[in-house]
Amino acid sequence: MAQSSFVMFDEEYREISAVVDKLLRETNAKCVYLVDKDGQLISSTGDTHNIDATSLASLTAGNIAATGGLAKLIGEKEFSILFHEGEKDNLHISVVGQRVILVVIFDKRSSLGLVRLRVKKASEELGKSIQKLLARMDEGSDKESLLKEITDDDIERLFH
Amino acid sequence: MSFINYSSREINCKIVYYGPGLCGKTTNLQHIYRKTRPEAKGKMITLATETERTLFFDFLPLSLGDIKGFKTRFHLYTVPGQIFYDASRKLILKGVDGIVYVADSQVERMDANMESFDNMRINLDEQGYNLAEVPYVVQYNKRDLPNVVPVSELKKVLNVDGVPDFEAVAAEGAGVFETLKAVVKLVLIELKKSA
Repeated sequence: MAQSSFVMFDEEYREISAVVDKLLRETNAKCVYLVDKDGQLISSTGDTHNIDATSLASLTAGNIAATGGLAKLIGEKEFSILFHEGEKDNLHISVVGQRVILVVIFDKRSSLGLVRLRVKKASEELGKSIQKLLARMDEGSDKESLLKEITDDDIERLFH
Repeated sequence: MSFINYSSREINCKIVYYGPGLCGKTTNLQHIYRKTRPEAKGKMITLATETERTLFFDFLPLSLGDIKGFKTRFHLYTVPGQIFYDASRKLILKGVDGIVYVADSQVERMDANMESFDNMRINLDEQGYNLAEVPYVVQYNKRDLPNVVPVSELKKVLNVDGVPDFEAVAAEGAGVFETLKAVVKLVLIELKKSA
């Protein structure tokens, strides 16, 4: 396999969640999501109960992947920020540390300028946590123990 | 790329259904969606053209129970099968953990099957994967049609690696879950091996 698993540990999860919560407050946004580039939801906060988070994560990753493809076509590395303007709600999507995607959903109680400003600051903090996480994943000890403990019976039992 | 979340205690994996246009990739997902308990599935997303041809991908999240106290979730994707959507197919293969190659058993689709299989190998290669190292299974779909190629012939061309393979009639659901179970098992075994 070309890549090993992406692993989220409690400590980094708390750090990341704190940054995402702060971003929600500071931008006065409706909700904020953090998504892995492969489409897995990492963290979410705010008024999220009306939104299917799994679908949002997968479509956001698809969106970033498609725009990334467009960027390469015209000789850009990537488009790190996408903005979708709706009648009421707007989507601000940005790539953090080339690995994860930050999604901010906001309405007229906030503004694009404010969101851009706060996202930039939050991205720096998130980038550090992600780097720490990647370094810890390279060590790999915790992940190994879980995966090694999986038995053939565990796998078989999923289907009964 | 699988995602193991210690905080929410989840193991997430990505499975991609690959194959030529109209071979039944979306039909596989639709059957899984119809036959899965509501609490074990999420919303199915279909990004299709007005004529119901897949434009970008279909997506279906599935939960399959716990392993060592971790929920297992599988994200099923299909690629658009039509030749000219190759750029989209490459994107969808990113981070893949397991593949179901769906072949159309009809004689007249053999060239399309082979072309699509080669295309999959090339696209995986571009993403840094070697097909021989990726967990995958093969499904020979549309076995109910009159003009099908014998399975022994299909195997010779589309399953030289001798991976698990299944006959199917996805429109009626035959073979769909057998195929899914096989790829899920291979993905989990690979995950265990990678530790």
